[in-house]
Amino acid sequence: MKPNFEQYKDIPGTTIFTIELAQEGFELNQFCMTLRKAANREEFLANERAYVDKFNMTEEQKLAVLNRDFQKMLDLGGNVYFLSKIFASDGLSYVQAVSTMTDMNVEEYKQMMLDGGRNIEGWRSKKERGEA
Amino acid sequence: MAKITAGVTTSHVPAVGMAVDMGKEGDAYWAPMFAGYDFSKQWMKENMPDVVIIVYNDHASYFGMEIMPTFAMGIAPKYGICDEGYGARPIPDVIGAPELSTHVAASLITDDFDMTILNVLEVDHGLTVPMSLMFGAPEAWPVKVIPLPVNVVMNPQPSGERCLALGKAIRRAVESFDGDLKVQVWGTGGMSHQIQGARAGLINEPWDKKFMDDLVNDPETLQYKPHLEYMVEAGSEGVELIMWLIMRGALGDKVDEVYRFYHVPASNTAVGHMILTPKEN
Repeated sequence: MKPNFEQYKDIPGTTIFTIELAQEGFELNQFCMTLRKAANREEFLANERAYVDKFNMTEEQKLAVLNRDFQKMLDLGGNVYFLSKIFASDGLSYVQAVSTMTDMNVEEYKQMMLDGGRNIEGWRSKKERGEA
Repeated sequence: MAKITAGVTTSHVPAVGMAVDMGKEGDAYWAPMFAGYDFSKQWMKENMPDVVIIVYNDHASYFGMEIMPTFAMGIAPKYGICDEGYGARPIPDVIGAPELSTHVAASLITDDFDMTILNVLEVDHGLTVPMSLMFGAPEAWPVKVIPLPVNVVMNPQPSGERCLALGKAIRRAVESFDGDLKVQVWGTGGMSHQIQGARAGLINEPWDKKFMDDLVNDPETLQYKPHLEYMVEAGSEGVELIMWLIMRGALGDKVDEVYRFYHVPASNTAVGHMILTPKEN
């Protein structure tokens, strides 16, 4: 059966981690996996540039890591479960890190979750939102 | 023969594990969620199985992208706890069930499910948070566990049809084991949640509740729900719910709903939890 990755591209504000994107992001995600060890987290935080230079990532991927630009990392093939090793190293929770990808600050984001989460109405389709 | 006595579904939010580990179950934020599991902890004491097959996904904790099995099964005597970047959870190692797991894995492969076999595995919050929710924080876990990791992280994930069929094959596998064991199957993950992008924080309560209804009453139709619908309606990470279909397949055609709980939020996620038992006859 022919895979259909196109179908996922109409979901607004969402990056689906397809096998194609996984291939593109392999080195970035490999770097993230090293942060499962405390010694590596310390080494990374002590000199981030030197640490990311040990990996075969693109410069764009490295800069996204150094800038903690999680949306950019997603665009370049990172997956949030891998990227969580970066924000865990920073001592941040999922809520703290995830909120940075939205247009809210963390307090507003937490309040939205307490109020029942993001309502899906208006968030089903880029076409519907006039984004495509 | 071994017998499947019940199925449990539950979300496996990592922050829930941290709340247990730090003794925060009584905090205002967490108390309503943990209260939803009081019944379940008591029920579990009264209906303790010998072995639980826990269907879960690894979250880049043990499996990187070097090897990404679609369906895998642990057959080891023991499983360590992953460091997911915050340090490993301070919980006991998970004890395996080598005799039953080798039988089930072999039965599944013979039954055309091409399982990846894991003699070494560390388990993450996907498996351990459901255990904490059902058993609390004991010094040693009261059951043996067979981990069944499913790839729900990388698309394409296995289809709903394949997941339901795998559950049915697990039932055949367990029932063909020559040992008098009570076995539960747990489906973990979900419910609606999205933890990435501008749409993060998505929750779809009506969709989640319909999913629970359909899981009980109409899994044969539910199995055909396309991944696109999970991702649009339940968020990009909501696709974890295909793992509940594996649990459901293992219970047979008809089930009794013993318990249901739904709560928003736990961190970024809608928590859904059910206990189902196979209907006799």
